[in-house]
Amino acid sequence: MIFDVAVIGGGVVGGLTARELTRYKLSVIILEKADDVAGGASRANSAIVHGGFDPLPGTLKAKLNAKGTAMMAKLAEELDVHYRNNGSMVLAFGDEQDEKVRELYDRGIKNGIPGLSVISGDEARRLEPALSDTVTSALLCTSSGIVCPYDLNIAAVGNAMDNGAQLKCNFEVTDIKSVGDHYVITNGQERVEARYIVNAAGLYCDTIAAMLGDKYTITAKKGEYMLFDRSEGDMVDRTIFQVPTKAGKGILITPTVDGNLLIGPTSEKTDKDDCSTTLDGLDLTKATALKSSGKLNFRKIITSFCGLRSACEESEDFIIRMSDNSPRCLELIGIDSPGLSSSPAIALYAVELLSEAGLVLERNEEFVPTRVSARRFEKLSADEKNAIIAKDPAFGHLVCRCETITEGEILQAIRQNPPARSLDAVKRRTRAGMGRCQGGFCSPFVTELIAKELGIPETDVTKFGGNSKLLVGKTK
Amino acid sequence: MLSYDLVIVGGGPAGMAAAVSAHDNGTENILIIERDDSLGGILRQCIHNGFGLHRFGEELTGPEYAARYRKMVMERNIPFVCNTMVLSIEDTDNGKVVTAMNSDRGVFTLDAQAIVLAMGCRERPRGALNIPGTRPAGIYTAGTAQRYVNIKGMMPGKNIVILGSGDIGLIMARRMTLEGANVKAVCELMPYSGGLNRNIVQCLKDFNIPLLLSHTVAQIHGNERVTGVTIAEVDEKFRVIPEKSQYIECDTLLLSCGLLPENELTQAAGIDLDMITGGASVNQNRQTSKNGIFSAGNVLHVHDLVDYVSEEAELAGRSASEYIKRGAVDKKIVKTVSVGKAGGIRYTVPQRIDIYDENDDVKVYFRVGAVMNDVTLTVKADGEVVSGQKKRKMAPGEMEYAVVKKAVLDTMPDAIDIEIVK
Repeated sequence: MIFDVAVIGGGVVGGLTARELTRYKLSVIILEKADDVAGGASRANSAIVHGGFDPLPGTLKAKLNAKGTAMMAKLAEELDVHYRNNGSMVLAFGDEQDEKVRELYDRGIKNGIPGLSVISGDEARRLEPALSDTVTSALLCTSSGIVCPYDLNIAAVGNAMDNGAQLKCNFEVTDIKSVGDHYVITNGQERVEARYIVNAAGLYCDTIAAMLGDKYTITAKKGEYMLFDRSEGDMVDRTIFQVPTKAGKGILITPTVDGNLLIGPTSEKTDKDDCSTTLDGLDLTKATALKSSGKLNFRKIITSFCGLRSACEESEDFIIRMSDNSPRCLELIGIDSPGLSSSPAIALYAVELLSEAGLVLERNEEFVPTRVSARRFEKLSADEKNAIIAKDPAFGHLVCRCETITEGEILQAIRQNPPARSLDAVKRRTRAGMGRCQGGFCSPFVTELIAKELGIPETDVTKFGGNSKLLVGKTK
Repeated sequence: MLSYDLVIVGGGPAGMAAAVSAHDNGTENILIIERDDSLGGILRQCIHNGFGLHRFGEELTGPEYAARYRKMVMERNIPFVCNTMVLSIEDTDNGKVVTAMNSDRGVFTLDAQAIVLAMGCRERPRGALNIPGTRPAGIYTAGTAQRYVNIKGMMPGKNIVILGSGDIGLIMARRMTLEGANVKAVCELMPYSGGLNRNIVQCLKDFNIPLLLSHTVAQIHGNERVTGVTIAEVDEKFRVIPEKSQYIECDTLLLSCGLLPENELTQAAGIDLDMITGGASVNQNRQTSKNGIFSAGNVLHVHDLVDYVSEEAELAGRSASEYIKRGAVDKKIVKTVSVGKAGGIRYTVPQRIDIYDENDDVKVYFRVGAVMNDVTLTVKADGEVVSGQKKRKMAPGEMEYAVVKKAVLDTMPDAIDIEIVK
């Protein structure tokens, strides 16, 4: 068959764009090179829904950030994704930075951002008692929030699939050819045909653009993070930024929607496949975060990780436009920060541009905007839990003790769209293995469940697809 | 709501021993709650021998040791429930309430007069160690690898580097070798091993596996599966010395870098914890800061030998039973003294001694912070040395104890100190 639209890239932007397209009577396919969606920049970032005071007025970033952030609460509710409007602060340390805070305030007003005010250091410490004595002033923003980025990403793809979109994983696009009224997309073995293409390939959008005849250069920027135990999650209530300086953009401290505390990121150019943390990066993260608050308890770190942002050499702004050389292909280039915050608005804008380019939009009356996530059992009351356990005893069997995740939730994650096929895929959907023991106790059991559900030997279960096999064979 | 005299959280060696001892002291309305599918706890996967020398006077494997206690539980018809997770413990004005969940009963609550906490411990994961590098498959804690090999019969890897020389790491070095894997090195950050000496000899030396002291893993390599690690010597501040690093090809990194008592339930119940042990702060009867809630085994502090876990849990079970027999009230305390520590002692268990009208000898267990040679272990009451004992060697890997005599406690001292003197 020839699909109406092929979305290349199963990140948060690709996922939300596909979901937006399923509102219409269109056949949609998502092509993802990895074993699971949410594997690139959408997996590891600061998880912030930015207020929108930072982008320069008039840019696409400014426009889409403000709009996307305003859309996030409703979207998160529809998709059963954790979101919290916790607000943020940008801290200044000294006169020069006080000036910068006022500049950010002015910029935010120009961008039309609600809920901004400049407060004194004392006022900042009154609102957030963990802040350092050296804070001299702060920009307070009440309209920003936090969201779980891979949760949003997975829910978007899942909802798109529930509404008829197809997902093809392990499909790395190696060539695209225009054949009359449609394109033939191949990974070297298989072909997928589509009339329209959305290039949402994140870090590799330049590679895809080159296949469409367009030249962009994307470089990877590494950001290292450290995550603290849930016991530290209420150290701050808001997301705490630092004023960007010549030395760097500063390190943020933020609670996460799951109740952990996150610090980071560093920012360093690197290779597109380099997702390694470094001793220097982790040391810098610690030292810089300590400037905002001396209360960080580094003994409570449960993991550190690295995310890659896709920075475009040609433009600091997002580039979102139809390709010059392939007129039915939409390019989404350089979607770095505030990409997550903007993603709901980017999806709407993408559909608008595709429509202008000739894609016929006819309402899909059967579209269901809502989805129930695999990860919500813990929050239910005892009576609600018991009603579910009575129907399905698997929900009474606790598998991940740190995050209190049951066998029922894990089976749901393996069975519902988009199906989880690896240990990390289960982890991202349910949080099993994300707690303080980092999967030490539950991973053998989750491995067993995956093998049973997929009908494969346990030795074929992977951490995240490809050759990331967990076991090498049987004992003697 | 179901009502029990004693609820025991955890059916490992500590929970079973506490149950048996409470029963033998006259408490019969007991329930043991176990999260796994049978009693035995982590001993079920410890198929090596060396268990039971103190307790039974013979060498047993972990499952054999567990089976002995399981038999004692069965002989006494002590009720237990498996595949059941305790979600919370509350100490209310109307008594103690335990909330648990399983597939048969869903979420349910139990009344208890007394509770023994026996949840055991977990291993410190890679993330908590902040080892730089990639995040591929092939990084396991030693205990997880042990479960794969001994319970599931699966090999987690073939070419192995182990970080940390804790006992489980040493045991797994031998176990993986016996299964045909190539264990290339065991790196230990400290200048001494945290494991038992007998394990260093029997698990490493006997198999020619190098133990590299003052070494750590500086970087993990490999995108999908581990392809190698960079190991390096560290300076006295534990910082990597880049000139003294080397790359080792391997497909697996096992971590044996410490055990952490699992006290989330304890903490949520509002019980005071000792920051050093990570367990509850207890008196000599293993009663926590809340009357009628006791703690024993690796959830209280990490033990070297299961024999000591049993001994401690028997004490906790007996204390719980006596508490119940008194009508759920504490014994009349004349005064409470906290146990002072000096001369390199990191922690003591118990942390406090309750002095009564009539006292018993109190064994105070402790660990030292560094290796020490030719020292004297002294007990002081009100600043005066009341007993002393020469020690040729003490090491952080071996738990030690000092005895505070009944006669000393009967003098109603205001201060008790355990001190190591050179």
